[in-house]
Amino acid sequence: MGPFLRDNVVFREVYCWLGGSESNAGLCGGADGLLPAGFEWAAYFAAGFAIILILVNGALLGAAAFVWAERRLLARFQSRRGPNRWGPWGVLQPIADLLKLLIKEDIIPHAADRVAFTLVPIIMLMALLLSLAVLPFAKSAYLVNLNIGVLYIVAVSSITTIAIFMAGWSSANKYAMFGAMRGVAMLISYEIPLVLSLVGVVLIAGSMSLVSVVEAQTIPFIIVQPLGALIFMLGISAELNRTPFDILEAESEIIAGYHTEYSGIKFALIQAAEMAGVLAASGFLATLFLGGWSGPFLSGQLGALWFLAKLGFFVFLFIWIRATFPRLRIDQIMAFAWKFLLPLALINIAVTAVQVYFFGFYQAEVPGEITRGELLIMAAINIPLALVSIAAFGRVTREKIRVPAPRFEGLAPIPRTAEVD
Amino acid sequence: MYGFGLAKGLMVTLKNFINPPFTTQYPEERLPQHPRFRGEEFAWYEERCTGCASCAKYCPLGIIKIVTSPSETAILEGDKYNIDVFDIDIGRCMFCGLCVEACPYDALFMGSGFERGRYQREELVIGVDELREAVKRPSSWFRPQLEEAQYDPHTGEPLAWEEVGREQWPWHQGEKAGARIDWRPRRGGGEPPEDGA
Repeated sequence: MGPFLRDNVVFREVYCWLGGSESNAGLCGGADGLLPAGFEWAAYFAAGFAIILILVNGALLGAAAFVWAERRLLARFQSRRGPNRWGPWGVLQPIADLLKLLIKEDIIPHAADRVAFTLVPIIMLMALLLSLAVLPFAKSAYLVNLNIGVLYIVAVSSITTIAIFMAGWSSANKYAMFGAMRGVAMLISYEIPLVLSLVGVVLIAGSMSLVSVVEAQTIPFIIVQPLGALIFMLGISAELNRTPFDILEAESEIIAGYHTEYSGIKFALIQAAEMAGVLAASGFLATLFLGGWSGPFLSGQLGALWFLAKLGFFVFLFIWIRATFPRLRIDQIMAFAWKFLLPLALINIAVTAVQVYFFGFYQAEVPGEITRGELLIMAAINIPLALVSIAAFGRVTREKIRVPAPRFEGLAPIPRTAEVD
Repeated sequence: MYGFGLAKGLMVTLKNFINPPFTTQYPEERLPQHPRFRGEEFAWYEERCTGCASCAKYCPLGIIKIVTSPSETAILEGDKYNIDVFDIDIGRCMFCGLCVEACPYDALFMGSGFERGRYQREELVIGVDELREAVKRPSSWFRPQLEEAQYDPHTGEPLAWEEVGREQWPWHQGEKAGARIDWRPRRGGGEPPEDGA
């Protein structure tokens, strides 16, 4: 058995319940399972399948629940009521929507590249589900404890960019192409501050594993790394293609952007991937900056409640932002990424590196260990620094409207052809 | 401070979030409508109608069709014209109300309903039988006598043909209604004009 799944609670329980024997007494404590000895492989398969079932169905059900919550909350932000016809408070609305999309005709345009067109929903959903693998939902409740978890998230979530470009290109539709081109330009620009903002967290935690990051947060990193949290939040909301940054969908400009030509179940899958993407992003924010499943009490397996509460907080924040801000122009978005977020991320890295070196190595008895008091000192330095640098670099992105001076230099002199006597 | 405008915008939406929603749940709860609402199922009083077809002539779309046949008795003796067909094709009606304006005898009124949706265009034609059987709640649009009486078609009782007329003098009403109908003056009546009759 690989080392990845050994720590997972669900996996261990199912595996030992089915296939416990003397050969795996180290993991299961020697109790006999349901299956006879020699069938540990079947138990392994069943346990893995159980985890996959939980994760995939959880992600899709979460997406459905998020669709409902977003429509309700968005409606309330706009003084409406939202869907309230199917089921109590309209909770069955996403199921009705899904049924409608399932029985719709699945159209593939005549000129489309069928293979790429069909692959897009699969790739989008796959990238999302892959990124959920490293997320610790509670103590010892994760699929994999990768030692490069943060890098893995960044790598896997940027597959979506390729899927979006595939969608735009294979649709053979100019609006889809516009959306895809805008989207790729924006997503690649926002990758950079997004990754750089995570460096501070990784420096302080001393590890890229999300489990270690959670355990390192004796106080939430949003206090220690306010700049990093802000940049990550803005960057990931751009990666999610939500309203202030939704130039690649832009339904009022280019019909539906990259998924203009999609209908039926393919459209449903793309939407599900986008919606579950918000949940995943909120989960990463909660894990990296709010302490994940750890809390002042209930910090063990019931830490999933803390995780859900923090995730809900960020989901609400995303919906609130979507309800408030209008869509930005592409040049504003680019200026925001390159002139505002990138310098702030670099400042954050430089300051955090100095602090980690000072507190963790220069001054520490145990190298690499940063105590709670030192984290508080770092927070006391970083919060004013965040305010100052936001104020300083905020001026850069402010639009300066220069009215060109009139270049009228008077009429050209009328050429005199003849002297009048 | 940079970003203050963003916070202000967030506060505006948060205020909307906390305030109660604006939406009216339509089929269950309804907003009060103006009595002058121009709606469907025209209120038509056969007792007042002479079949002059002014409404059909004035209709800009030509969607009112009236077929009359002379009755065997003279007007003053008894029946007026029989009205065989009175079709209003509300599928093309734009509810301008010119037919109501044109009616010289206060026989046609705008209705007060708005829920006569149908799946077939043919079913959108209001025929004479439907007009006869409809509950008569005339809209007070272009009918100052109903406005003065402060009649509200949405809450008030259905009106009979004697109550909806503009005329104040009894003989006029009697002439218009035809001698067949047993008529006696109601509430006040009024005097005929000096130079009239």
